[in-house]
Amino acid sequence: MPPQPGSPAGGAAFAPLAIELSGISKSFGAVQANRDIHLAVRRGTIHGIVGENGAGKSTLMSILYGFYEADAGEIRINGRATPIRDSQAAIAAGIGMVHQHFMLVEPFTVLENVILGAENGPLLRPSLARARTELTRLAKEYELQVDPDAVVGELSVGFQQRVEILKALYRECDILILDEPTGVLTPAEADHLFRILEHLKSEGKTILLITHKLREIMAATDEVSVMRRGEMVRTLTTAETSPAELAELMVGRRVLLRVEKTPATPGPVLLETRDLSLTDAKGVERLRAVSLEVRAGEILGIAGVAGNGQSELLEVLAGIAPATSGEVRLKGEPLDISRTTNADDRRRRGIAHVPEDRHRRGLVMPYQTWENTSFGYHDLPKFCAHLGLMKGDAMREDARGKIERFDIRPPDPNLKAANFSGGNQQKIVLAREIECGPDVLLIGQPTRGVDIGAIEFIHRQIVALRDAGKAIILVSVELDEIQALSDRIVVMFDGRVSGTRQAADTDERELGLLMAGIEPDKGAAA
Amino acid sequence: MELEILLQIAGSSLRLATPLLLACLAGLYSERAGIFDIGLEGKMLAAAFMAGAVAAVTGSAWVGLLAGIAASMVLSLIHGLASITLKGNQLISGVAINFLASGLTALVGQNWFHQGGQTPQLTAGGRFLALELPLTETLAPIPVIGPIYQHLISGHNILVYLALAAVPATWWVLFRTRFGLRLRAVGENPGAVDTAGISVVRLRYAAVLICGLLCGIAGAYLSTGMAAGFVREMTAGKGFIALAALIFAKWRPWPALGACLLFGFLEAIGIRYQGITIGSIVIPVQFMQALPYILTVVILAGFVGKAVPPKAGGRPYVKER
Repeated sequence: MPPQPGSPAGGAAFAPLAIELSGISKSFGAVQANRDIHLAVRRGTIHGIVGENGAGKSTLMSILYGFYEADAGEIRINGRATPIRDSQAAIAAGIGMVHQHFMLVEPFTVLENVILGAENGPLLRPSLARARTELTRLAKEYELQVDPDAVVGELSVGFQQRVEILKALYRECDILILDEPTGVLTPAEADHLFRILEHLKSEGKTILLITHKLREIMAATDEVSVMRRGEMVRTLTTAETSPAELAELMVGRRVLLRVEKTPATPGPVLLETRDLSLTDAKGVERLRAVSLEVRAGEILGIAGVAGNGQSELLEVLAGIAPATSGEVRLKGEPLDISRTTNADDRRRRGIAHVPEDRHRRGLVMPYQTWENTSFGYHDLPKFCAHLGLMKGDAMREDARGKIERFDIRPPDPNLKAANFSGGNQQKIVLAREIECGPDVLLIGQPTRGVDIGAIEFIHRQIVALRDAGKAIILVSVELDEIQALSDRIVVMFDGRVSGTRQAADTDERELGLLMAGIEPDKGAAA
Repeated sequence: MELEILLQIAGSSLRLATPLLLACLAGLYSERAGIFDIGLEGKMLAAAFMAGAVAAVTGSAWVGLLAGIAASMVLSLIHGLASITLKGNQLISGVAINFLASGLTALVGQNWFHQGGQTPQLTAGGRFLALELPLTETLAPIPVIGPIYQHLISGHNILVYLALAAVPATWWVLFRTRFGLRLRAVGENPGAVDTAGISVVRLRYAAVLICGLLCGIAGAYLSTGMAAGFVREMTAGKGFIALAALIFAKWRPWPALGACLLFGFLEAIGIRYQGITIGSIVIPVQFMQALPYILTVVILAGFVGKAVPPKAGGRPYVKER
């Protein structure tokens, strides 16, 4: 196939393929990150790849860049089968990548970072000189001005990203992969980046843009591929799709879950937040003035594409992340949200928390069931004797009760958490947090990695807790789970509340739009 | 007269600093590449033993030196295997190497020579002798310059000069060559090296082997240069002092020279002044001898400013979760 550099966008449909992936699979231990992926990218286009966190986008691109090796599948570059076993092979094939976490050596200067691995000889001086002239040329051509002698660690993230792009251009790449490039950028920096990408495209370069931000996809790409749970769902022409369609494809529809529940009878407000904001250490605003409330006897679902602030909200409420500003009140009493170590205080006041990541935060994997079912509550008099001695027998007896009531299998209080299935692990966490008798239960991704049978059981427990007059905040990326369980739904987008709906009065279409940050017209909602 | 004493102490400092300096630079290569090496001590000890033993048997200091280097590099490879290929804990591997060297030198030494773990006294051919640099005689009569040349500049064995030359050489390799750039990069962010298409494993093995080479020379110097044969545990913590000097020098070659000279100087003072009397107080000899070790503790406790080690140091490079 003869190369056709510089095909304008109009001719893109006829452009030859720059990248062709077929049957790519990759697993990390038991986790299948990519499953039988097929992808075709035309030369001279900007091709978007969207999907939620953990959908397998980064893994796929890391395979293309030779950072990981695929378990199966074939890669064709410019029509030729190209085995890519390491990054050297990828660079030789003309592929450059800007990683989400920059691959820069922070104490090095820009020049040193650029030449690393692309030196002209064993001595540095000629390499540095050549890079200096080349950088000046690239800076002029692509608006990529960076001080070549600046120490990279002292540059802002926007400039660090430029260095990454310059690294790829210095190696004369034809194909540029960008993994979540705007996650750390200010809006102005992001605009600048997209101008650069347009320019690169006009030079005939192929660009792969990984993101979970639909607005960027709509604004910048020619084509877009959607990934979900390690699989390639569909490839669409950007001009012929909509954010709502993409959001739906990203989140997916599972077999509709039905949960038996009566209409809620909400009581007084138990937990409320006012203008809750959180800016993380990198200066990214994770929460922007979030105000919400949850009442006794009510399940409040928090919907949204992963990474839009739901996790941070849970963490602030649970007392494991400090908020930057705002207020949280429990039964009218203000809570201390300035410190990270308030989880214990929250628990004593009656806020229980089932964390999103049960392996990292919900359980101590090498601990036995009886230890896990009392951990965090081990200071209570029923578990703790004088001088801080544990009442082992009482804890085991308590564990046996929880095992029976929550149908934890196998029913062995001495088995380590690591030896249970995902569903039973989740039941252990749930048993601990529900049976301590909280007024408010925070629960994140209650059924992630849980089998169908356990899902039903867990859902019934949550509804039973609501019927007992408790307030529940449910965070889930599974839209149907949110719809099946919630009485009221708050949708989050980009750290803000983009909409609040009664669960009975809304549908996936409307929620999908809100999840994409688009306000549906008011008439349709009513 | 005063000058002569000063010069003797200076010369002695230099000779005592030499094994520290070689070991310190050895550690510098390894740790700059992200492999912490607490086993400098063990490698030196093994090298000292092999150099002493082989020099005693063959009567050649040079063959002894090669044997010492070989022994040290074998231990380096074990450390590399454990910490690079098998991605194990670098501290534990280093500690294991120290124990291995301590036990093996005693065991093999006793079985080989039956002298309680020592090697036989070395003859002149089996040792690196002090070199008389040219012009010493000519310059001798000149005041100040003559004695300085005679006692400080001339009159050391070849390994002392080699150690001194290793300082600018290390600086040059580290900051002026492609290898050095990559070596420093792999200690800071192996991911950047990997994605630049360079083998992290190969680079780190290269660094560990250079470390073995320099440790080998340091060890051989102890048994065939400074002393005339191997004595059990003759490194006496020098590997750890070198490590402290490396941290003191913040992993840079020229400051490493300064740090090692300081330690050498303290040791020289301790040897020369077996009891110092200040007024009516007599400072005991044990205190003087303990000075280098006290300084080591002070440095490691962080009293000399914040030392930031190479960022990826101590962690094996694992890219797949």
